[in-house]
Amino acid sequence: MEKSGSVDSVESLCSSTTTRSDRSSGTRVSDTELRSKGRAIEKVLQCKYTSKGELPLLPEELVQDSAKDVTYICPFVGPVRGSLTVTNYRLFFRCTDREPVFGLDLPLGVLSRVEKIGAATSRGDVSYGLACKDMRNLRFVHKEPEDSLKKSVFEVLMKFAFPVSNNMSLFAFEYKQVFPENGWRVYDPLAEYKRQGLPKESWRISKVNDHYELCDSYPAALVVPVTITDEELRRISSFRAKGRIPVLSWIHPESQAAVVRASQPMVGQNGRRCKEDEKLLQAIMDANAQSHKIFIFDARPSVNAAANKMKGGGYESEDAYQNAELVFLDIHNIHVMRESQRKLKEVVYPNIEDSHWLSNLESTHWLEHIKLILAGALRIADKVESGKTSVVVHCSDGWDRTPQLTSLALIMLDSHYRTIRGFQILLEKEWLSFGHRFQQRVGHGDKNHTDADRSPIFLQFIDCVWQMTRQFPAAFEFNEYFLITILDQLYSCLFGTFLCNSEQQRLKEEVPKHTVSLWSFVNSQLEEFVNPLYVHYPSHVLFPTVGIRHLQLWVTYYIRWNPRMRPQEPVHQRYKELLAKRAELQKRVEELQREAANRTASSSSERAGSPTRSITPVQTFV
Amino acid sequence: MLSLGSGGAKSTKPSFVSYVTPEEIKAEKDPPKKEKHPDLLPGEVEFCSANPILKYSQDDLSQHGVFGTLFCTNFRVTFISDETPQEKTAKTFKNKLYGEKNDIPLMCVDHIYGVYDEKRKLITGGLVKNKYPSKMIIHCKDLRVFQFCLTFTKEEDAKKIFQGIAHHCLEEKSLKCVFAFSYMGTPSPGTDLSFCREMLRKQETIMFDSPEDWTQEMKRTKANCRLVIENKNFELSQRLPKYFVIPLAIGDLFSYQGKGLPIWCWSHYSGCALFKASFPPVTQEDGDFQKHLETMINAVAHNYLYSVKTEDLSESLPNIQDIQQSYNKFKQFFLIENSTDFWLSDVKWFSSLESSGWLDIIRQCLQKAVEVVECLEKDNTNVLITEEEGTDLCCVISSLAQIMLDPYYRTLMGFQSLVQKEWVAGCHAFLDRCNHLHQKDKECHSPVFLLFLECVWQLVQQHSPAFQFSETYLTVLSDSVHVPIFSTFLFNSAHHREGVMKAESPLAQSGPLSCPTVWDWSVQFDSKAQNFFYNPLYSEKVKHEKAVRKPHKPKHQRQLSLPSTAFKTPLKKGFFKDETDSLKKMLQVKRLSRWMGSPDSPAATTREFYESWQHRPVDYHGLLLPCLDGPAVRVWMQRYLRWIPEVYILGGGSVAMTTKLMELLSQVQDLKRVLEQRDTSQAAKIDHRPYIQHRLLSFGSSGRLSSSFPFAYTRNRSFKPIIPTGLMQRLMVTDSLASQEDEASSVASFV
Repeated sequence: MEKSGSVDSVESLCSSTTTRSDRSSGTRVSDTELRSKGRAIEKVLQCKYTSKGELPLLPEELVQDSAKDVTYICPFVGPVRGSLTVTNYRLFFRCTDREPVFGLDLPLGVLSRVEKIGAATSRGDVSYGLACKDMRNLRFVHKEPEDSLKKSVFEVLMKFAFPVSNNMSLFAFEYKQVFPENGWRVYDPLAEYKRQGLPKESWRISKVNDHYELCDSYPAALVVPVTITDEELRRISSFRAKGRIPVLSWIHPESQAAVVRASQPMVGQNGRRCKEDEKLLQAIMDANAQSHKIFIFDARPSVNAAANKMKGGGYESEDAYQNAELVFLDIHNIHVMRESQRKLKEVVYPNIEDSHWLSNLESTHWLEHIKLILAGALRIADKVESGKTSVVVHCSDGWDRTPQLTSLALIMLDSHYRTIRGFQILLEKEWLSFGHRFQQRVGHGDKNHTDADRSPIFLQFIDCVWQMTRQFPAAFEFNEYFLITILDQLYSCLFGTFLCNSEQQRLKEEVPKHTVSLWSFVNSQLEEFVNPLYVHYPSHVLFPTVGIRHLQLWVTYYIRWNPRMRPQEPVHQRYKELLAKRAELQKRVEELQREAANRTASSSSERAGSPTRSITPVQTFV
Repeated sequence: MLSLGSGGAKSTKPSFVSYVTPEEIKAEKDPPKKEKHPDLLPGEVEFCSANPILKYSQDDLSQHGVFGTLFCTNFRVTFISDETPQEKTAKTFKNKLYGEKNDIPLMCVDHIYGVYDEKRKLITGGLVKNKYPSKMIIHCKDLRVFQFCLTFTKEEDAKKIFQGIAHHCLEEKSLKCVFAFSYMGTPSPGTDLSFCREMLRKQETIMFDSPEDWTQEMKRTKANCRLVIENKNFELSQRLPKYFVIPLAIGDLFSYQGKGLPIWCWSHYSGCALFKASFPPVTQEDGDFQKHLETMINAVAHNYLYSVKTEDLSESLPNIQDIQQSYNKFKQFFLIENSTDFWLSDVKWFSSLESSGWLDIIRQCLQKAVEVVECLEKDNTNVLITEEEGTDLCCVISSLAQIMLDPYYRTLMGFQSLVQKEWVAGCHAFLDRCNHLHQKDKECHSPVFLLFLECVWQLVQQHSPAFQFSETYLTVLSDSVHVPIFSTFLFNSAHHREGVMKAESPLAQSGPLSCPTVWDWSVQFDSKAQNFFYNPLYSEKVKHEKAVRKPHKPKHQRQLSLPSTAFKTPLKKGFFKDETDSLKKMLQVKRLSRWMGSPDSPAATTREFYESWQHRPVDYHGLLLPCLDGPAVRVWMQRYLRWIPEVYILGGGSVAMTTKLMELLSQVQDLKRVLEQRDTSQAAKIDHRPYIQHRLLSFGSSGRLSSSFPFAYTRNRSFKPIIPTGLMQRLMVTDSLASQEDEASSVASFV
C-alpha cells in the first residue's frame, strides 16, 4: 500500500542522520498531516529530487531560509520539535524527535495571516501563529536567534507568504513545469456554444466586448438574441451594474429555454427604466417558443435588493418587464458567508465538542447557506427543465451568487458538466471568464487578511457540488479528491488558473503565457480524479434534495486535519481494488481463452461452449 | 373547496389542501361496488371493514387521496383502493407478509391520532367510545405515517372501523392474541419446494438452544469455561438461559437463584474473557449476598491471570427509561405528516437532533463497548459487565464488543448467531421492551434492541467492507421486530418461550409447534430480495489465494505489531509480576470506570487506544473500532428517511452506488466462474456463494430509482424536484453584515 510505504521510507530515513548542507537541512518529509492529499501531488514533487535525502523542490523553487529547533504546537499530538524550511513556494516542517514521523508541507499561498503571538519570553522563545485559508491554524515556537541582526525564519516567511504585498510576483509566475497537455486550451467559448447547439436564428455571438470596452469584467465573446444590436447592448450596459448585461449562459437542447446571467438593473429610487433592456428580456423570452413567460431570479433576499435602490441599484419591476416574474432566492452576501466560514472554522478546528457538535454546527449556518444556494439552483433548473421557461439570474454585481447559481443549475441540467473536462469548462466559463473576483475573494499573496472583500464564495460552490456528488454517487466522473485538489490549488498559487479578477486582467498580465494551468496538471493524470462508479447517462437531469437532513458537513475537507476523523482506508480504495480485480480476472480469462483456442486449434477436440458470453458485458464499463 | 379534515392541531396549514372537490368525490363514490377483500394470510381473520375511506397519499406532492376500503384483521390494518390496481410494477424488494403501501401489522402501530373538529388528539382507550374522528392518523413503529379520512363512509361503519382499529392496536391484550399463534397453527403452504435449501441456510444460524451449540462456541473461541446444563428445566432460575457457560471456578450454582452468576459471553484469544451478570443493588445489611458477589467476581478473575475489571452499566450508561424517552423525542422528527411540517422542522434539524440525545446515547454505548474491548485486547483482563437484570445494556455492550473483536460476528450468519446468543437465548425481555401487548406499565418499555442495531449501523457505516451484511439488512431486521409472526421477538426469556410454546402445542396435531424464527427470511422475502441483505463491498477473507498472498498472520502477532510507544504505560507482562499484581487485584477488585478514571478520563484513554489502532494497517478481519467524534456518529438515514418523500433523491442515493457495485461484483464473480470452469482439474467445484448473481443486473436501471429504494413504493409520479415551500424560514442574520454592500472597496487591488 502506498500509504504505509511512504511512512516506512521516512522512518528509515530518520534513523539515519541527516546530511548537513546549507541549502537543505531536511530529508524528504512524508507529510502525515497531508496524507490524504494523496499521491498526485507527490508525483509532481518527485520531478526534482533525485536522492531521498533532498527536499522535494519544484522547478524554480528555492530554499529561502531554514531553522532548527522549532517547535510546532500541534493541537492533536502536542508540541513537536523539528526543523522548519521556507522556500519561495512553501513551508516545510519536519519533526526530529517523534515517532511516527510527523511533517507539514504547505504552500505559502494558503496562509492568510502570520503573526507573532505575545512577546518573547524570558527564555527567548518567540511564538508565531499562522492562520490558513484551508480551515486550520498552525502555531510555532522558536528561539530568538542570538544574532539579532539575522532575520528570523518567520520574517522570511512573511515576505514570501505575501509576495503581492511585498511587490514580488506570485510563485505561479516562476513555476515552469511542463505537462503533456496545455490546460489553457481547455475552454474555447465558441466550441462550447457550438456544443450547446446554439440556434443561429435566435442567438448570435457578439463581438461588442472584444476589447473589453463594453464591460471589463465580462468575457470577450457574448451571446445575445439576434434581434438586439450592439448599439442597444451598449445602452443596456449603462443600465446594468458594472456594465454586466444579460447574456446567455446555457441553452436547453430541446426546449431552447435559456439560462441568462446579468447584474442588477440600475433602477434606483426613481425607478429608472431602460427600454433596450426591456426589449432584450422580451427577446430572450421570444427566443424560446415554448413559454410566454420569463423568470427573473434575484439571488438576494428581497430586503437587500430593495435596499440597493438607495445606491442606484435594485431589481426589475414587473410593470416595466411584461411577462416577467421576479423571484428572490434569499441568499446572503459575501460578508455573511465570510462570517459563517469563520464560525465554522471555530467549530471544527482544532477540536470538536462532541456533545454539542450538532448545535454548534447549526449555529454556524454554513449548511443552511449551502441549502439556500442549492435550493436556488434547483428552482432555476426546475423552471428551465420542467417549465421550459427561460430564466435570468442576477444578484448585485452578478459575479458571486450569480455564478454559484448558474453553474450549479448547469450541473443539474447538463451531464456534460459532470465530467472532469466538462467541469473544467464550466469553471472556466461561469467563474473565470465571467469575472468572479478570485484575487479579491481569496486574496492571493496579499497580507491584508481583514480585507472585507474576501469571502468563501467559490468554496461554497464546490461544497454544493460535493453535496450533489454525495447524493448522486454515480453521476459525476470526478471524485472527491478532484474537488479537494481544486480548492487546494485555488490557494496554493502554484497554477495561474485562479489568479486575477477577470479575463481581461489575466490577458493583461499574460497569465496564460507565464503560468501553468491547473488543468494541465489535472489532465495529465486523470486516473487520480476518476470516480470508479461513474456511469454516463447522457440526458439525465439531477434534482438534488435540499433538505438539511440530506446535507452533510464535508468532513473530509473541513475536518481533514484532525487525524481522528480520517478513515483508516478510504472506501473508494475498495472500488479501485474491485475494478483492478476485475481487470485482472478479465485478463486471465482472455489468456486462458486464447490458450484454449490454440489448443482446440491444434487438437481440435473437446471443450465446446466457451463462456465468452459473460465477458462481453464487462467491457462496456471501465 | 372542501378542506378535508385539514390536519392536526395547527388548523390552517396552507399545504394541506385537498384537491378533491366534493363533486369529484361523488363521482368516485359511485362506480359499481365490487367487494374487495385483502389476500388473507393463513390464519388471518377479518374483523371489520369500512368503505369508502379516503387515504391521503403522502408521497405525492399534491395532497390528495385515494378512495378504498379499510379493513382490520387479526394481523393488520389494511387498505384496498377502489381504483383498479395499476399493472403491478415488478418490485424487487417485496415483503411477502405485508405491503409497505397499505398494510400495517397491528403490532407495528405506534400511536393513533384522531382529528376532531380540526384538533388532533392522541387516541387512548377512553376516547374510543364516544365518537369517531373525521380523520385518523396512524404512526407506525417503522416510521410510516398513514392518514385516513372517515367522513365519507356511513357513520356506523366509520365508528366500527375506528373502534376496531383502536381496540386491536391500543388495548392491552394477552400474548395468545398475537397473530403468531393463529398463524403458526396453519401449515405454511408452498414452502416445501424451497424447504430443504432454506433449512440449509437456516442451519448456519446457531440458535444456542442446545448444549452442543455452546460447546461449539466455546471451542471456537478456545474458552476454558464450564457449560451449565442444570438449568435445563429452569430449576435454577427462570431468568437465566436454558444452557449457559460460567467460569470454571464457580462451584455452588444454586444460591440466590442465579443472581450474580457471571455468564460467559466470549473469550479473547489471549485467554481472558467477557462475562455479564445480573447484580441487583446491594444494601448495606446484605453482607452475605455481598460476599456471594465477591466470590463471583473472583471466579471471573480466576479465568485468566487473576485479573478482572467490573463495570456496572447501570451506573455509567443511561437507563432504559432514558433510552425510551430519548427515542420518543428522536422519532418524532421523522413522523412527518405533510410538507409544511417537513420544511419547518428542517430549519432546526441539527439542534432538534441534539436535544433528543439519541445520538449521544449511541455514542455512549459505543464508547463503553470500546472500553471493554480495550480491556480485553490491550490489557488482556477479564471483564465482567453487570446491571440489575443483566439482560438489557449488558446485551448491548457485550454484543458490540464481540462485533468489534470477532470478525465472525460481522458475517450475516455470525451476526444472527450473536443475536441468538446474547439476546434471544440470553433472555432479553423482548415482549416487555417492545411493548407488543400494549401494556399500560410504561416502565419496562424501551427500544434497547433498536439501540443495539443503531450502534451496529454506525459501525457498518464507518467500516463497510468489514461487514457481510448491508444496512438494508439492519433496517429490515429492525422492522421485523414488529411483525407478529416470529418467535424470536415474542418472549421475555427462554423460560417464557418454552412455557408458552409447550402450552400451545396441543393445538397442533403434528408434534411441537414451531413459529418461524425471524432468521427464516424466506417467510418475508424471496431469495432475490434477500440479496439486498448482503454488502457488495464486503471484503471476504482470502481463502483460495493463500499461495499467492502471504499466509494470514497468526492473531497474536497482530498484537505485537502495535507500535510499542503508542501506549503510555506499556504493560510488561512478566509472569511473576503479574501474578502478584493480580493477587492484589483479587483483594481489591477495581471497577472498570474507576480504574480507567484514575490517571486520565476514560474518554482520553480510549481515544489513545483508538488512535493507536487507527495507525495500524487496515485489517477488516481483525479488531474494528468506531470513531466517536461528533461528526462521525450519524443518523441512520435509510431507516429514518425512507418514507419521507421530501428527501427522496431520484436517481441517486446510496442505492445508485450499491447497484453499481453489485454489477461490478457479479461481473467479477462471473469471471471467476469462467476461470473455474476453465480449470480442467477442478471440474466439480461448487460455488458456495449463492448470492449476488446475474439477476441482480435486472434492476440496473439505477438511473430512476430513488434513494428510498428498496423500501418506499416506486411511484409513477412525474420527475419533479422537491422545492422548499415558501414557508422556509428566512435565515435570520441579525448583525450588520447582512445589509452591507458586497463591494467594500470598488477599487481592484491587483498588482
